Amino acid sequence: MATTAVLAGAALLLSSCAESERGNGGEEGTEGEAGGGTFVFAGAAEPELLDPAFASDGETFRVARQIFEGLVGTEPGTADPAPLLAKEWTVSEDGLTYDFTLETGVKFHDGTDFNAEAVCFNFDRWYNFPEGVQSDDFAYYYGKLFRGFAEGPKAGEGIYESCTTDGDDKVQIQLNSPFAGFVAALSLPALSMQSPTALQEYQDDAASNVNTTDYSTKHPTGTGPFKFESWERGNQVTLSRNDDYWGEVAKVDTVRVVAIEDAKARATAVQQGEVDGADLIGPADLQPLEDAGMQIMAREPFTVLYLGMNQKTKPLNDIKVRQAIAHAIDKEEVAAASLPEGSEIAINFMPQSVTGWTDDVTTYDYDPEKAKRLLQEAGADGTTLEFNYPTDVSRPYMPSPADTFNVLRSQLEAVGLKIKPVADVWSPDYLDKVTGSADHGLHLLGWTGDYNDSDNFVGVFFGTQTDEFGFDNKELFDKLAQARGIPTVEEQTPLYEEINQDVAEFVPAVPIAHPAPSLAFGPDVTGYQTSPVNDEVWSSVTVGD
Amino acid sequence: MLRFVLRRLALLVPVLVGLSILLFAWVRALPGDPARALLGQRATPEGIARVNELYGFNEPVLQQYLLYVKALLNGDFGRSIQTGQPVLESFFEKFPATVELGMSALLLAIVVGVPLGYYAARHQGRFIDTAIVSGSLLGVVTPVFFLAILLKLVFAQWLGWLPTSFRQDARIDATHITNFYVLDGLMTQEWDAAWNAMVHLALPAIALGTIPLAIIVRITRASVAEVMHEDYVRTAESKGLSPAVISRRHILRNALLPVTTTIGLQAGLLFAGAVLTETVFAFNGVGQYLFSAISQRDYPVLQGYILFIALIYALINLAVDVGYGIIDPRVRVS
Amino acid sequence: MTIPLPPAQGPFTGNDPSGPETGAYEEDERGLSLWRGAWRRLRRNPTAIVGALIVLAFVVVAIIAPWLTPYEPGSTQWSGEVSPTSVPGPSPDHLLGLDRFGSDLYTQMLFGARQSLVYGVVSTALGLSVGTLLGVLAGGLGGWVDTVIMRAVDIMLSIPSLLLAVSIAAVLGQNAYSIMIAIGVAQVPIFARLLRGSMLSQNKGDYVLAATALGIRRRRIIIGHVLPNSVGPTIVQATLNLATAIIEVAALSFLGLGESDPAVAEWGRMLVAAQDRFEAAPRLALLPGFAIAVTALGFTLLGEAMREALDPRTRR
Repeated sequence: MATTAVLAGAALLLSSCAESERGNGGEEGTEGEAGGGTFVFAGAAEPELLDPAFASDGETFRVARQIFEGLVGTEPGTADPAPLLAKEWTVSEDGLTYDFTLETGVKFHDGTDFNAEAVCFNFDRWYNFPEGVQSDDFAYYYGKLFRGFAEGPKAGEGIYESCTTDGDDKVQIQLNSPFAGFVAALSLPALSMQSPTALQEYQDDAASNVNTTDYSTKHPTGTGPFKFESWERGNQVTLSRNDDYWGEVAKVDTVRVVAIEDAKARATAVQQGEVDGADLIGPADLQPLEDAGMQIMAREPFTVLYLGMNQKTKPLNDIKVRQAIAHAIDKEEVAAASLPEGSEIAINFMPQSVTGWTDDVTTYDYDPEKAKRLLQEAGADGTTLEFNYPTDVSRPYMPSPADTFNVLRSQLEAVGLKIKPVADVWSPDYLDKVTGSADHGLHLLGWTGDYNDSDNFVGVFFGTQTDEFGFDNKELFDKLAQARGIPTVEEQTPLYEEINQDVAEFVPAVPIAHPAPSLAFGPDVTGYQTSPVNDEVWSSVTVGD
Repeated sequence: MLRFVLRRLALLVPVLVGLSILLFAWVRALPGDPARALLGQRATPEGIARVNELYGFNEPVLQQYLLYVKALLNGDFGRSIQTGQPVLESFFEKFPATVELGMSALLLAIVVGVPLGYYAARHQGRFIDTAIVSGSLLGVVTPVFFLAILLKLVFAQWLGWLPTSFRQDARIDATHITNFYVLDGLMTQEWDAAWNAMVHLALPAIALGTIPLAIIVRITRASVAEVMHEDYVRTAESKGLSPAVISRRHILRNALLPVTTTIGLQAGLLFAGAVLTETVFAFNGVGQYLFSAISQRDYPVLQGYILFIALIYALINLAVDVGYGIIDPRVRVS
Repeated sequence: MTIPLPPAQGPFTGNDPSGPETGAYEEDERGLSLWRGAWRRLRRNPTAIVGALIVLAFVVVAIIAPWLTPYEPGSTQWSGEVSPTSVPGPSPDHLLGLDRFGSDLYTQMLFGARQSLVYGVVSTALGLSVGTLLGVLAGGLGGWVDTVIMRAVDIMLSIPSLLLAVSIAAVLGQNAYSIMIAIGVAQVPIFARLLRGSMLSQNKGDYVLAATALGIRRRRIIIGHVLPNSVGPTIVQATLNLATAIIEVAALSFLGLGESDPAVAEWGRMLVAAQDRFEAAPRLALLPGFAIAVTALGFTLLGEAMREALDPRTRR
């Protein structure tokens, strides 16, 4: 039988005696060669469109990562940038000029050469996006990272200056203001390289609806190990192996991505062999799946789950009350009761692999007696607090909100607080209430990092005054703005460490854990490589024996 | 008859117009911003404002409505805010799934229900009758989703006989023309695809069909039992007609009238059950989609789908009434 | 989600043998009053007795729940003993074991009865009162009032009731009121049609003609004669609707609506919460599931027996 193991961030190696219970693995490959067959993977939703430049949803990116590649990828199993279409790069002292050397002999799926010109074509395309697609529901990532476009309301605010080719394999990108996360950001699928020919022929960035253009639904063309075959809306996306891939050719012939919204149904589908793998498996389903001989994998956590406190409401504006709440929480118990195996306890608002993480912060160890004492000092003993949590959702950082809420409530009630539960549907109701209004007390929220960047964590949470936390701390805001403008990661480190200490001191929220998103696979799947930032390309996956 | 049909169709117009106005107002009265639902956790106040501007949600509601009606008259139902997919296009992808599921459930209910009810009525008071009646009562009171979960556990998880999700195995290369998968499989002679689609329908159809089945059993039984004691049946018996002829010509024909009505009504009511069934079995149909459209405030989808469903529901009712008039001449007089 | 009890909603109520026979029973050949006759028939009907016993047990448990258990409902004080993969089973302290959130399952089951009773009664009462009012107005006043009300009812019926309920819950938030109102509203059309049909059929009755001939005012005829004659079928329908309401509460809970407290002692919610602990502890789902079904069965049996008892045709 297949051995099962929870391996964080490592390829899963299976005992070779794995018995296949399913015969329909697809067309058999030649012995000794790539295994062939079809790999069926279930996500939680359909992709929104297949042009990743206009996407910000994980499901689009999941598919895009098979079809497209960026200049930069990630080191397997980590969030650190690694060469991909660019072999190497250098940065100027002032952090404004980036020189990339490209892989040669790479072709897009439509036969177009990948070269310096194609790179500049993509950069110029993004910069010149028409106003209609500049809004956050389309070019979200470009707009956020490069902060502006050639035209439109944010004209002139962008940090992109120019792209210059130097022969076929050298490209220089000029920024007008330093951006330490630039290289790491290039690993995002939203900034991956697309075929200029296909874009010119099938894409229309000025279309009234870029979701439904020919390119976005029928002709996404990249350089990746899989080629697009078809997208049957509401059903599945089919990709086929790119036999002319410049790197190591993929092992399976066909890949199908399907959507199963319900976490429980995803788990059942894996167990039944209806799919070969599925993402975001609920904590409660892990053990039964393992018992049934399925393989469980956990991504190395690149997430954070926190208990937010709205300082616009009393008594949460009192730092003693916030400290008391921090001391009342037994993070280990919360993780054991509601998070998957492989999750880590949090003391910072960023995972350990991100710049600025430090263990030199106030940690507020579990101490109910101290919590009670602090509450009494603040005169907040027995106060009723509203506690918001979302229903009907499982996020990578919050697989089972009701369970997390339930444990936290018991712990808070144990130190003499009264909790009034307020549940809402995740989107838009819960998000509206918690991030768009002052009408909430305690709440559960978190974040999954897009790429290795400190600002992508603490900057997102505490960079400005928000309805979510309801505090105004100019000193903190200024420090974050300053850190963002520092050109190199090395120079940023001490400042981000200081910020993490300040935040811990100020307790705007309690970081609880870095939950590890779980995946499940059938017994005959091998070679799936997890990535903390979901940079999972399926070229090494095999199905069946 | 024609006048009756035309009158009913004419009555439909104000209902649909009223419904479209109500729907339009109602979806906009729901708290929560579709722009935020679209942007999710990454939403910023600026981003939300931009999206609202882009989709015209800032315009006065009346103006939005007029634009909507104008587009409707051109056959344009708008696009989903969430996916950008034209509403009509997605409807014709998902509606066949729900119809296929509903029809299988109904077919199951009729094929099993009518004979059972008839049999029970003919053996009134005996053990078999009691068993059938008790069984049907249980069928009526068991919540659809509870049954769905039980079926899934027993037949799929424990016994491993039947698939629990999707409409077709994702490994099968099937051609889809009408999006009625069984029909598509038969049309293209991809027998394995058709069979696969049927197997996938089994559990959801049983879960969804149980309540209509139980109701049909009960109505058939009651109706047959009543007709059996009618004078014309006794007359037929005294005339010495064979029991088979009496059953067919006198009992069944008359007893089936109320059954027909019930079936028609079930067709409409099946929809609610379909939402729950589709959720449990990851069956990609209208119910599930519409449910998520509500939570995501996808206005165009909600408006378009519900209008369509209301229209179809009304047409089914009309068809039932017309069918009823054909079977029972007495109704036609009024 | 509706338990489709088609008769009251169908356009051909009168021809449906299992439908409520509105206004068909005002004469009783044996001179016994309608109600006494019905009561006698009811007592002799084993179905009625079984139904009544179930309903009685349900109501009694709902009322005396606090005296049957030492624990509070919705208390999650044992949450530390529960993990995603294991839920402690029955023990002397916890007769049925704990549930997923670390509450005492036995306590939750008992108080679940109370919750169901309250939800069912309040929502049915709401649907009954609003529906009756609309039905009486439509049937009694006729003319454009009738047209407007019945078109409105048509529109309501053409929106799947589940979606209506979900959207009501979206407006009112996740709490007990929204679920009761949602289910109550969904019942309005049923009662409105029932009452209107009943009034229209009686308008042609001899005693109404007689009263009109005597010069009695229309309003008095409705309140004094027509309405009381609709009480029977209305009670029957309300009893049957209680069964529906209990199941609908569970259905809405299943879709994630209802009270905000995840550990609330409510059968539907318990069933949903148990879904992803099914392998570890099937009892968590089976017990509330069967409780819902049995309670609904009780009300259905009782309602049907009452309908039969009030229906003169079953007396032949």
